[in-house]
Amino acid sequence: MTHIRMNNVSVDFPIYNTTGRSLKNQLMQAATGGRMGSNEQGRVVVRALQNICLDLKEGDRLGVLGHNGAGKSTLLRVISGVYEPIEGFLEVQGKITSMIDLSLGMDGEATGIENIYLRGALLGFNRQWLSSKISNIVDFAGLGDFIRMPLRTYSTGMQMRLAFSIATLVQPEIILMDEWLTVGDADFKEKAQQRLHEIVQKSSILIIATHSPELVEKVCNRTIQLDRGNLISA
Amino acid sequence: MYKLFISGWRDIFAALKGYELAGILGMQDIRQRYRRSSLGPFWITISMGVLIGALGLVFGNLFDTPMKEFLPFLTVGLILWTLITTILTEGCLGFTVAEAIIKQISLPLFTHILRVIWRNVVIFVHNIVIYPLVLLVFWLPLRATAIFSVLGFVLLMINLCWMALLLGVLCTRYRDIPQIVSNLLQVCFYLTPIIWMPHLLPKRASVLLLDANPFFHLIEIVRAPLLGTLPSSFSWLICVVLALVGWCITILFYGRFRSRIAYWL
Repeated sequence: MTHIRMNNVSVDFPIYNTTGRSLKNQLMQAATGGRMGSNEQGRVVVRALQNICLDLKEGDRLGVLGHNGAGKSTLLRVISGVYEPIEGFLEVQGKITSMIDLSLGMDGEATGIENIYLRGALLGFNRQWLSSKISNIVDFAGLGDFIRMPLRTYSTGMQMRLAFSIATLVQPEIILMDEWLTVGDADFKEKAQQRLHEIVQKSSILIIATHSPELVEKVCNRTIQLDRGNLISA
Repeated sequence: MYKLFISGWRDIFAALKGYELAGILGMQDIRQRYRRSSLGPFWITISMGVLIGALGLVFGNLFDTPMKEFLPFLTVGLILWTLITTILTEGCLGFTVAEAIIKQISLPLFTHILRVIWRNVVIFVHNIVIYPLVLLVFWLPLRATAIFSVLGFVLLMINLCWMALLLGVLCTRYRDIPQIVSNLLQVCFYLTPIIWMPHLLPKRASVLLLDANPFFHLIEIVRAPLLGTLPSSFSWLICVVLALVGWCITILFYGRFRSRIAYWL
């Protein structure tokens, strides 16, 4: 069974380039961002998440609300396994697909085809399987012969089309998103939205960080609000 | 202790299992470097060839050694040394340059070090082409002992892997270390017999510069068989011990600090 369990998860970022002394023992309460303080060694740390408890099971569509620096992205990264919690306990069952930076790892000088392999490898796709999917990707992205051209000759929209087509190639179990994805011009947008809705529907858990309450209303069945690293409403 | 070892080993094992990704990323680095150049990666071979020619001319004459003996020695030594230094200096930055990826997707982190290793092995293959050319020019045979250089090369790579990983972790936390490492490597280049031949040393100095120098042994286990002699069993022993001890320390260290790397970036 797919699930995510977080128990009292806290995350501290050590800051090495500010002088620890001036901020030592001084708890700053800024309007945005996490809480600054110092740890037991006197180093400046920013507490990005504090004692987060969260239990997600199959079918959950979680909207994460909060102002800039509230810890939304950090929360997503903790769940994806990028940051290991400093304190607390995290258990994730199921394969996570991050839809946060779709064009991560793409190279402007490489051709579309090369970028498919590059991007696909980062997403964990096997090379052979990927080559059987090339025409599928190219068709969906509607790039035609451009796929043999270097990526830098693409418009931003075309690059996003390609990135989107690769990222949505397989059905993920757990989807992480930073705002709802919108890609391309009117035509493609519709096609992309359809596919996105489809895979979101078929996924077992969705976690989406957003500033839009309307979006939460539309796609989510649960909401949490973060404020300076604290979970203030569930 | 056991837990640290398992946690370090698990990441390394996962990275080795997913070697394909490191391979693709490493090849991409090379493609990126030589894109739109007509000779492409063979520039690596050419510039190395020119360097060997020039150094060979100067130092061969300086040390009054016959070219037939000096040039093959210099070729293998310099190519190996280039492999060692680039892996170590690029290993230092292995995690730092992969920051974007590390912060976005959770991959076994050793993958980023393997990428550096693979990229440099590919460059090494381009460089080593020069050696048979040198043999051809001087009409020297490739001795049967050369088989052992493959074994030596594997042992060298096993050692370089732990060194690069250890340095990568350290340098992510302390950003001054890459400078220190490149400086030390520069010094080691002169301390290790690469542009000078070991038999030129007075007896007393050789204990310090040869026996106590791990780089000498690491190079020797690949170079000596290629040049037609077998490296001493002492060299083999040092390299095997270095690999075992180095990997044990590195796995423990890596197990302890692996999860901190993303935070340090």
